[in-house]
Amino acid sequence: MSEDRRTFLKEVGFAALGLGCGFPLVRAAFAEAQHGTNQDAEPSSQWAMVVDLEKCLNGEVRAACVEACHREHNVPEIPEADDEIAWIWDEEYKHVFPDQVHEHTPAELQEMPVLVLCNHCTNPPCVRVCPTQATWKRESDGLVMMDQHRCIGCRYCMAACPYGSRSFNWRDPRAYVRTDESGQPLSDFPTRTKGVVEKCNFCAERLRDGRQPACVEAANAVPGGEGALTFGSLAEPDSDVVRILGEKHTISRRVNLGTGPNVYYVV
Amino acid sequence: MLQDAFRGGKRYWILLGFWVALIVVGLAAYGRQLSEGLYITGMSQDVTWGLYISQFTFLVGVAASAVMVVLPYYLHDYKAFGKMVILGEFLAVAAVLMCGLFIVVDMGQPARVANIILHPSPNSVMFWDMLVLTGYLLLNLVIGAVTFEAERKGAPPHNWVRPLIYLSIPWAVSIHTVTAFLYSGLEARPFWMTAILAPRFLASAFSSGPSLLILMAIIIRRFTRFDAGWEAIQKLATIVVYAMVINLFFVLVELFTGLYSDMPHHLHAFEYLFVGLEGRAALVPWMWVNAALTVCAVVLLLIPGIRRQERFLAPLCVVVILAIWIEKGLAMVVTGFIPAPLGQITEYAPTAPEIAITVGVYALGFFVLTVLYKIVVNVRERLEAT
Amino acid sequence: MSDRAKALSGLAVFLVLVAFPTWQTLGAAGDAARPELELPENETECIEETEYMSARHMELLNEWRNAVVREGETEYTSTAGETYTMSLTGTCMDCHDNRETFCTRCHDYANVAPRCWNCHIEPEGS
Repeated sequence: MSEDRRTFLKEVGFAALGLGCGFPLVRAAFAEAQHGTNQDAEPSSQWAMVVDLEKCLNGEVRAACVEACHREHNVPEIPEADDEIAWIWDEEYKHVFPDQVHEHTPAELQEMPVLVLCNHCTNPPCVRVCPTQATWKRESDGLVMMDQHRCIGCRYCMAACPYGSRSFNWRDPRAYVRTDESGQPLSDFPTRTKGVVEKCNFCAERLRDGRQPACVEAANAVPGGEGALTFGSLAEPDSDVVRILGEKHTISRRVNLGTGPNVYYVV
Repeated sequence: MLQDAFRGGKRYWILLGFWVALIVVGLAAYGRQLSEGLYITGMSQDVTWGLYISQFTFLVGVAASAVMVVLPYYLHDYKAFGKMVILGEFLAVAAVLMCGLFIVVDMGQPARVANIILHPSPNSVMFWDMLVLTGYLLLNLVIGAVTFEAERKGAPPHNWVRPLIYLSIPWAVSIHTVTAFLYSGLEARPFWMTAILAPRFLASAFSSGPSLLILMAIIIRRFTRFDAGWEAIQKLATIVVYAMVINLFFVLVELFTGLYSDMPHHLHAFEYLFVGLEGRAALVPWMWVNAALTVCAVVLLLIPGIRRQERFLAPLCVVVILAIWIEKGLAMVVTGFIPAPLGQITEYAPTAPEIAITVGVYALGFFVLTVLYKIVVNVRERLEAT
Repeated sequence: MSDRAKALSGLAVFLVLVAFPTWQTLGAAGDAARPELELPENETECIEETEYMSARHMELLNEWRNAVVREGETEYTSTAGETYTMSLTGTCMDCHDNRETFCTRCHDYANVAPRCWNCHIEPEGS
């Protein structure tokens, strides 16, 4: 009997058990809500990013960010737009900040390319709707995490995200992951499987080692791109992000929705 | 009682064979979807829910509508529904079954479905929807089986089912309310984010569900010796027309808010539905057909002389079901994704395998419904004969 | 045969068919020769007792997975008090560097097909 089948049978057993005693289940659920998920608890710290729109006008900078991220995380390159997966990409200013443009906004500003990625919201709607806690807000540092082992692929989070930051694996991504000559993927970051949702993870795997996210590093490496992206903790008063937010005019995406995005843009 | 499922004429077996053939086609398509992934459907990164979730939404309504026979019969002692009530309960059972299947075929990782129970997440409306739908299935199965078995034996049902019956009444309302909350709590989707969604769901459910029930009752009295009663059918027709009027009213209320306020976010979805947005207009013909069908059904059904004739009532019920199906089973879910949060207008059209899977799930539901109704008919025919 | 008997036997046939995955492998064991596993040359001890590892490694990996992905923990302390980085591709495959002659051989014998490598990248040279 295969591993999958065995765990599946076990899970079905649990499911039957769960259904058989609906009431205790509901109680357990409440207990989980009180202790387990900590939806309402403020994270003790919160990573944030500041994007400098002017420095990001340089196409090389943006391309370097996208390339570094997608390479680092083995993001597949799927040619069909309907199935395309992206963690960080360009969008036009008028679509990123629909409330900031009016009919007299100059066309070049309306169509200005802006880097977009997951906002790691303070009050993330995707986390609120997930039926399995496959996506959750990490208490220690405020990252909106994904557990690819647990995701059931219902795509409720994609309906809930007001930023279009999530992609679903409509097909097996492995065939579209870039590899070197020997067929080895370019990074050792696990790829995803078909039928799960994925998104930017603020480079949790790099933060663990005390490194900066891949896109930030890549932008800094491009001449003229130094400081295009700044990353840091909002809990540290002397961090670069806190300093920029205090000094410059910054905006974030669709603040009226109350999600509390943690990616800011210097206008 | 169970053995009555095996007592049927040639027509019964041909009908079951027909459903099985469709199920097999659906299974073949589902096998392909399992191995190749959901890219074989018409869904995309922008429109992430399509035909499956739409059918789920439509069928939750059909299931909830059983309350329209249960409530008058048990709470108001409305005797004419005596023979109709079991048809309503078993229709609910088949409908909830299809709802569950539509959720499963929509999942990217169906083998992990038990995660919803293993990691209960009360913050997710989907978790509650799973609970209320499972509960509703069990309630109707138990109530239907126990009361019908009692009737077969000519004895009153056990007392312990009465509280269950009363519980099933608010429970029916809850399944469609919670299903509406799945959508109406999302700040990302202005088209869904309206407090009228749950009431609208209930109104449309109470017209489409009883319409289906009327059709079933008419078919059964045509082809068998079991007659659920013309008075019951007429009462249902009245329920259908008033629910339809209320539903139409809710739609107009919704339209007023969007059109009069002239706010782009509210307007875009309705523009897409009725005139098309930036030249994209896949749903426009459907929506005008829907409008025509709705008006036609409401006007004609309001005229007692027409409603009281079977030859008019039956086709008008088909019209009602079609109208609500276009509204909920086609337009409502997809339009929530148009335009996408980043302004793109990506249209959606189901693919052949997707349609095959959908038909397969419906066939499975109707297979179960056929068997359940066959049991009812056989038992009733015996009771009438004695 | 009465209808009730027909219905019940039909139900029984259905249950037997549904349970196919469970009984399919019954009796299949014992035929094949036990697989020869190639063990790491430079190491003599795994992170826990061999017996525990061969029987329970999947549960351990499951725990690691949750600890790393969900709790952000990285270190595992063994029963013997040693600490290890919780990583399938890092720690495990560091010694067991040949998936074919170690993992797969036994998994084939036990007729299991774990899906680790659908996503995780095998370290180069293994």
